[in-house]
Amino acid sequence: MYSVPHLVLPQISDLHKLDVYVANGGYGQYRKAITMTTDAVIDEVKRSGLRGRGGACFSTGMKWSFMPKGNDKPKYLAINGDESEPGSFKDRQIFEYNPHQLIEGILIAGYAMGITKAFIYIRGEYHKWVRLMQEAVDEARNRGYIGDGMKQTFGGNYTLDIVVHKGAGAYICGEETALMNSLEGDRGYPRFKPPFPANKGLWGMPTTINNVETLATIPPILAIGPEAYSKIGAPKHPGTLLYGVSGHVNKPGVYELPSGTLLTDIIYKYCGGVPGNKKIKAIIPGGSSMPPLRGDEIEGVMMDNESLRAYNTYIGTGGIMVMDEDTNIPKVLLRISRFYHHESCGQCTPCREGNGWMEKILRRIVKGDATSHDLDVLFSVASNIEGNTICALGDAAAWPVKGFLTKFRSDFEACVKPTREFLSPNIAHGRRQSAETLIQSV
Amino acid sequence: MDIVFTSEEFAEVERFKSLYPQPKAAIMPVLWMAQKKFGWLSEDVMRYVSSIMNLPYSHVLGVATFYTMYFKKPMGHRHVQVCTNVSCMLRGGEDIFNHISEKYGIGHNECAADGDISLEEVECMGACGGAPMIAINEDFYENITIEQIDAILAGLK
Repeated sequence: MYSVPHLVLPQISDLHKLDVYVANGGYGQYRKAITMTTDAVIDEVKRSGLRGRGGACFSTGMKWSFMPKGNDKPKYLAINGDESEPGSFKDRQIFEYNPHQLIEGILIAGYAMGITKAFIYIRGEYHKWVRLMQEAVDEARNRGYIGDGMKQTFGGNYTLDIVVHKGAGAYICGEETALMNSLEGDRGYPRFKPPFPANKGLWGMPTTINNVETLATIPPILAIGPEAYSKIGAPKHPGTLLYGVSGHVNKPGVYELPSGTLLTDIIYKYCGGVPGNKKIKAIIPGGSSMPPLRGDEIEGVMMDNESLRAYNTYIGTGGIMVMDEDTNIPKVLLRISRFYHHESCGQCTPCREGNGWMEKILRRIVKGDATSHDLDVLFSVASNIEGNTICALGDAAAWPVKGFLTKFRSDFEACVKPTREFLSPNIAHGRRQSAETLIQSV
Repeated sequence: MDIVFTSEEFAEVERFKSLYPQPKAAIMPVLWMAQKKFGWLSEDVMRYVSSIMNLPYSHVLGVATFYTMYFKKPMGHRHVQVCTNVSCMLRGGEDIFNHISEKYGIGHNECAADGDISLEEVECMGACGGAPMIAINEDFYENITIEQIDAILAGLK
């Protein structure tokens, strides 16, 4: 079934149907996994070098190994399908075209960590994809691929069941601890870490949270072997990635390519270049929270986390947003800041207030009503949010502001005045004058 | 309409509760169900949900107001959601929003007087590859033009 680079989304028609998936060797990797010890499965994932696809790029095998051993209390697996980061639309492809590979990945992860219950958290806006995933899960249960029927289908005593949970429109629930609160029936407020989810997660029990794409990558890793997988793409961030390309390109969409693919190849070779052959002004490489790249520095940039770090940005969720030379950069940044202001959960003061201030200042800049001093204030507000909040939303809001201000300073300076022009006469000044006149007269 | 679930719906509530280790977790699916049945989450609906879920009203209110997709006021039969986030903005999302807003005389989070259509400027819907996009109720329409929107809305009357 798997040929590089089509590991997560093999190009087989009707693969979303259980029969087609099984006919192409589906659920075979789970059968293989249960002949191995749980430690051996985790070791394979570790050796593959797989790093989480949700944005933090943490080693998946390492994360799994943090789960306590033994079955004295229930353990849970949460699958993060909340993808709400502007520019990301990759997990949706998995729900639609390859849901059973995700389910198989969940089974393998569950077996490796001794988990018997998994929750797939899908954002509320994805009505259709929640339905598709629910249908796939129900079909798998009815045919004995998950739930109690597993004992008969695969032998052994291990069973795992999956619940599909629908969100209701909150970006913050893509943050793993907010996701847990949301699943438990509370407001989606992020929790302080430590304790880490592996010790105290859902309902206080050991929990692992993995991204949808991460788990859908597990079956191909077992199929082609961890060594072969670790040789795909960039050595420090191996494998294939789902790049979601949007904005000013001729053929936007999701492309599965090896990590470390040249950014220029993605844009010009796969996405057909920029409409009207315009020049590129800016690119956000991994969803709106990642600092941007200038159009004149993309030559030779490789799309994997380690390579992008040299440009002070990160791969994030692989959502590439391309902006052509006519783009109004302050307006784009205003839209991004407005988003983070709207989505701040309100727990931490720097994020709740700071995002509002940043939006206000940017609104002034776009209106042409700001002074160059405002640019410095904007930068300092962003710096004071970054690192001072419970979760990473504060950082996600601050990075684009700092990145755009640094890399496109001239665009912002073109919008601001050197000093503020007052419409009404300075009242305080006028009063002092009159006071002095008063003293003189005495 | 009386705010009360049928016995089938009560069975569904019990099924939701059984999916999770603790019944409180069923609040989101139950609120979804209530919104589908009653159209929006009025105070009476939320009080009803709090009584059948055995949760304080304050908790139900907190959850319902935290998530943007639970309606806290009546919305139209055709709830039009226009994305204006970056990818859609770059490809004309704002023009689409302004067009619908002017055509029907409604702004963000407003509903026409006859309850037929409501408009919402939404954040990224995860359809950036199909920008600009709108969603009408639960369906996505991607790579859309203003002419197509007019045709779709006319067809959905």
